[in-house]
Amino acid sequence: MKYTCKRILQLIPILFAITFLSFAMMRLAGSDVIEQKMQNTGQVVSEAQLNAAREELGLDKPMITQYFVWLKNLLHGDMGVSYVSGKNVFDTFIEKLPATILLTVSSILLTIVISIPLGIISAVYQNKIIDYIIRLLSFIGNSMPNFFVALVLMYFLGIQLKLFPIISRGISIESLAMPTLTLAIAMSAKYMRQIRATILDELDKDYIIGAKARGVRFSVTLFMSVLRACLVTIITLLALSIGSLLGGTAIIESIFMWDGVGKMAVDAINMRDYPIIQAYVMWMAIIYVMVNLITDLSYRLLDPRIRLGDKSL
Amino acid sequence: MMKNKKGIKLRLILFGLLALGMIIVAIFADKFCPFDPLQQDLNSAYLAPDGVHIMGTDAYGRDMFSRIIMGARISIISTLSLVAIISIVGTIIGLVCGYFGGKIDMLVMRISDMFLAFPGLVFAIAIAAIMGGGVANAVVALALISWPKYARIARSQTLAVKNSTYVTAAVVIGDSHIRIMKNHILPNIWGPILVTAVLDIGTMLMELAGLSFLGLGAQPPVAEWGSMMSTGRSMLQTCPWVVLSPGLAIFISVIIFNLFGDSIRDAFDPKLNN
Repeated sequence: MKYTCKRILQLIPILFAITFLSFAMMRLAGSDVIEQKMQNTGQVVSEAQLNAAREELGLDKPMITQYFVWLKNLLHGDMGVSYVSGKNVFDTFIEKLPATILLTVSSILLTIVISIPLGIISAVYQNKIIDYIIRLLSFIGNSMPNFFVALVLMYFLGIQLKLFPIISRGISIESLAMPTLTLAIAMSAKYMRQIRATILDELDKDYIIGAKARGVRFSVTLFMSVLRACLVTIITLLALSIGSLLGGTAIIESIFMWDGVGKMAVDAINMRDYPIIQAYVMWMAIIYVMVNLITDLSYRLLDPRIRLGDKSL
Repeated sequence: MMKNKKGIKLRLILFGLLALGMIIVAIFADKFCPFDPLQQDLNSAYLAPDGVHIMGTDAYGRDMFSRIIMGARISIISTLSLVAIISIVGTIIGLVCGYFGGKIDMLVMRISDMFLAFPGLVFAIAIAAIMGGGVANAVVALALISWPKYARIARSQTLAVKNSTYVTAAVVIGDSHIRIMKNHILPNIWGPILVTAVLDIGTMLMELAGLSFLGLGAQPPVAEWGSMMSTGRSMLQTCPWVVLSPGLAIFISVIIFNLFGDSIRDAFDPKLNN
């Protein structure tokens, strides 16, 4: 409990850092909101008018004051409006978030479904043909950038075999298939390696020999004990890959026209729509930090050694 | 065991030569191009691969093969400089922090924690978006998010050797701090850093190409693999070679650098060496 509180308290400076960096990012972008607005209306304005408008919006105040005003608005769900569509940024973001969450979760599930069985097979049949094949696949998967995987899948599954639509038609299973597969291929390649290594490590331990000596069937040992030991590795991998997954969704969503926050961010980058980029970066960072927190807390549930405060871990 | 050791050495030499070959092609790219990679010829746009244009031509009739070789220059050289920058800067920061400790160490480590708390690629996208397109900006964006890893490795390695007898001896005979760090600590910590750096080349190559693919790295008409794939994307259906051949180029170079990285790691691994 004490640990949980400590971790949550540690979150506060990180959240401040994230919001401040996102805020500063807008300023660094060198775009003066006022000039931008005035230019959009197409009128010629004097410096005095500009200053008056700046004063009205509080832009003449020191940066730190502006930051706190911005933060207050943020807490009220007000992140400004998009330069391009004129719509509320926060609402746009929330509207597109479910699609991205769906894609992320489905690719994580697919990764688990692919990588755990293959990782187990590869470890159990160490240095046999099947192990070499799985390791080769994992090596290949690790060496392909995700956008290349996406385009290869698009070409073979979408254009040649016509199995899936090339461009997403709203949120449906067929449209979800290829982006999910793309993200899962890259992740599975990494996971298989790690799961294999963890299981090999685990199989070397004394309790396995003990179980064998007692006549416990190997499959029982494998599923009851070894897999349990792998859980921590898998959770760690998940937490580590959330970062690259969130970045990856940006590229994959825009390739497959999957209407989530990633595609929104890439479009915004091309349009120099800074409020949207800012919201994207900030929320992604916050989600990432939260996921890390949850993972750290879940270790304690999964592994009693950590819960009991074993410093050797 | 002897055989194994020999095998590791052989692999190191083989993959090292392959990686070196790629770097040589990248540096002298213009000498290897059969055609001018920027020469447009609209009459021969979108030619399928044949004997003359072995990888076909693109929308402006430019020879794909020549563009891919030219692309190696930007993709590989910028990746190598990126990895060199982050490993050198990160090592120096980590070394100094680990050696002196104290407040600066605390501060720098908190800053690196902050960078590690951000999802890397999202942050790189943001930085590149602020600074605008261009290979140099993409390199800076990726460098900003990747140095903490090296600083952490260098710092922990420094802490491990700082209290060795030979360092104390150097202090006793009155060596300056810089001399101690350079002559006594650095030679003992660079192994793991080098291995990490070489293994990082493939990842960085892919991330740099990813930024270019998003339009945040190299700008057309410059031949760069990521941006070539991005511009050719709409032609996937009719002229897949325009998209798939740069992808293949990335794939092959990443494989070569990863194999080289793995063999360097094995060569440095004392468990395999004894």
